[in-house]
Amino acid sequence: MSAVLSAIDSSNPLYRSRRRVNFVLLTVSGLALAFGLFWLVWILGTLLYEGGNALARATLYYQMTPPPGADGGIANAIAGSLLMVTMGTLLGTPVGILAGTYLAEYGRGGWLAGATRFLNDVLLSAPSIVIGLFVYSVYVAKVGHFSAWAGSIALALLVVPVVVRTTDDMLKLVPGSLREAAMALGCPMWRMILSITYRAARTGILTGILLAIARISGETAPLLFTALNNQFWSTNLNAPISNLPVVIFQFAMSPYEDWHRLAWGGAALITIAVLLLNIVARALFRKSD
Amino acid sequence: MPAAILNASDTENGSAVMAGSVGPRRLQPAPWKDVAFEWLTRIFAFLVFSLLAGILVTLVIGSQLTLQKYGFSFIWSDDWDPVKERFGALVPIVGTLITSAIAMLIGVPVSFGIALFLTELSPGWLKRPLGTAIELLAAIPSIIYGMWGLFVFAPLFQGTLQPWLIRLLGGIPLAGRLFEGPPIGIGMLTAGLILSIMVIPFITAVMRDVFELVPAMLKESAYGLGATTWEVVWRVVLPYTKVGVIGGVMLGLGRALGETMAVTFVIGNAHQLAVSLMAPGNSIASALANEFTEAVGDLYFSALIELGLILFLITTVVLALSKLLLMRLAKGEGART
Repeated sequence: MSAVLSAIDSSNPLYRSRRRVNFVLLTVSGLALAFGLFWLVWILGTLLYEGGNALARATLYYQMTPPPGADGGIANAIAGSLLMVTMGTLLGTPVGILAGTYLAEYGRGGWLAGATRFLNDVLLSAPSIVIGLFVYSVYVAKVGHFSAWAGSIALALLVVPVVVRTTDDMLKLVPGSLREAAMALGCPMWRMILSITYRAARTGILTGILLAIARISGETAPLLFTALNNQFWSTNLNAPISNLPVVIFQFAMSPYEDWHRLAWGGAALITIAVLLLNIVARALFRKSD
Repeated sequence: MPAAILNASDTENGSAVMAGSVGPRRLQPAPWKDVAFEWLTRIFAFLVFSLLAGILVTLVIGSQLTLQKYGFSFIWSDDWDPVKERFGALVPIVGTLITSAIAMLIGVPVSFGIALFLTELSPGWLKRPLGTAIELLAAIPSIIYGMWGLFVFAPLFQGTLQPWLIRLLGGIPLAGRLFEGPPIGIGMLTAGLILSIMVIPFITAVMRDVFELVPAMLKESAYGLGATTWEVVWRVVLPYTKVGVIGGVMLGLGRALGETMAVTFVIGNAHQLAVSLMAPGNSIASALANEFTEAVGDLYFSALIELGLILFLITTVVLALSKLLLMRLAKGEGART
């Protein structure tokens, strides 16, 4: 008994040194958190400071990307990005939802579902530049030119794994009793999935789509070899198209001061959009809990 | 009961129910719409299933020329001369590995600290906002990291920390060679530092999730024996979640290896093999980003695609391993409770 007491006695030197180690390391863990937050604040602060001026100029939104030294905006890049993100989402979402449906509703326990789930998770973190190479090889090289289609396909391939994962996860959360109730009423399985489980998992699936949009909005690497860039306004899906990430890349890497300013404007615009999408998705998901 | 569906109440399909008849009449095999929908979803699942293999095959076909011409020597040759058409992947491979190693060296302990803080120390009301803030680091597009790194971080690093590091560590025999050279701001160390910030949210998220898996009883038993918080984390939580933690680290590594834009901005894109971390280098992803659209000649293209193939193989193996480890933890967890 006395041994136990002395082990946590503050006069016990061993106990005191253990407490000291504990205090030091927990402080370090707090510093680690501060370290992480420090970069977040620094990066966002820089963006607002540098991008704020550019965002406040109206020409940013309606003028085209200029040659060096001239005044201009990034209207064509904004339009191109919106177009390709929309197309990518429209192409990728149905594929993702249907594949996710198979994993959660039909394939449970089967080899195809198990293997697909595994490979999909690998795909989720696969380098996006490799996706760009893939689309280049199977589409751009065959067609013979860069195009907005190619960019949209590359983005769609990035949407798919995100949507598959969330659809699968969200459908698995739907209680089995709900399915059984529908089946007991004589509802065929396809109707049960469309009207009951999709509806029950609606917010979760929507969250996944929003997160996928957020992810592809900032993707640069897969667009470099697919959509390329275009100095002018274009909405032609069969031609190279201007887009924010690639414009930011080219302008930021250039030696021209005014191009840098436009790049900061574009960077701030993308980041604000992506962070907003993330926050909306989170709020939506939390409400559904 | 066999997997049969009562056709009578399939309102889309049969008019029988409208005729006023009550109750089931006969059992039928699944109506065609059921079969069609199941096959539709199965086809798309198969599409996702075969995508990874499709990418692999495409890259192998695309890199035929260099695969045949150089074979395995492509991997350890440091030649990269597009004019004379001599290609080797050693420089970008080394650059990729070194920058990722730096990222892990810094990112893993920091992520562990953050996960520890979020699971054991943070007051309940702060957990969510702090966790979200760290996760937002992952939401910032990589091109933003690159731009910020080039315009803000690199000049500051060049003016303050880098000369200090060179003075302090450059004089050490042998190890000092890693830190010698002029402070130019951009280079492998800068790229590794920025990568480390980028992998923090991914590793933290996994660590936090697996730490939450530890049964409260285990931790309370340790606390009951008089263990300090640190001892509980180090001797109970960490051993229990070891597999998952390694899985999280591998996930972060997979991300770091394949990261393109952030690295392209700050690594310097110099095709040279330097001992010093301060020197500019090149990574697989940034070589692709910089050179692919400007490549001329089939052999050059093939060499770049083979670089992509190597990157794809490395990241796929790392990510698959990560997934396997995390699955093992989840399974073990199921068996233990």
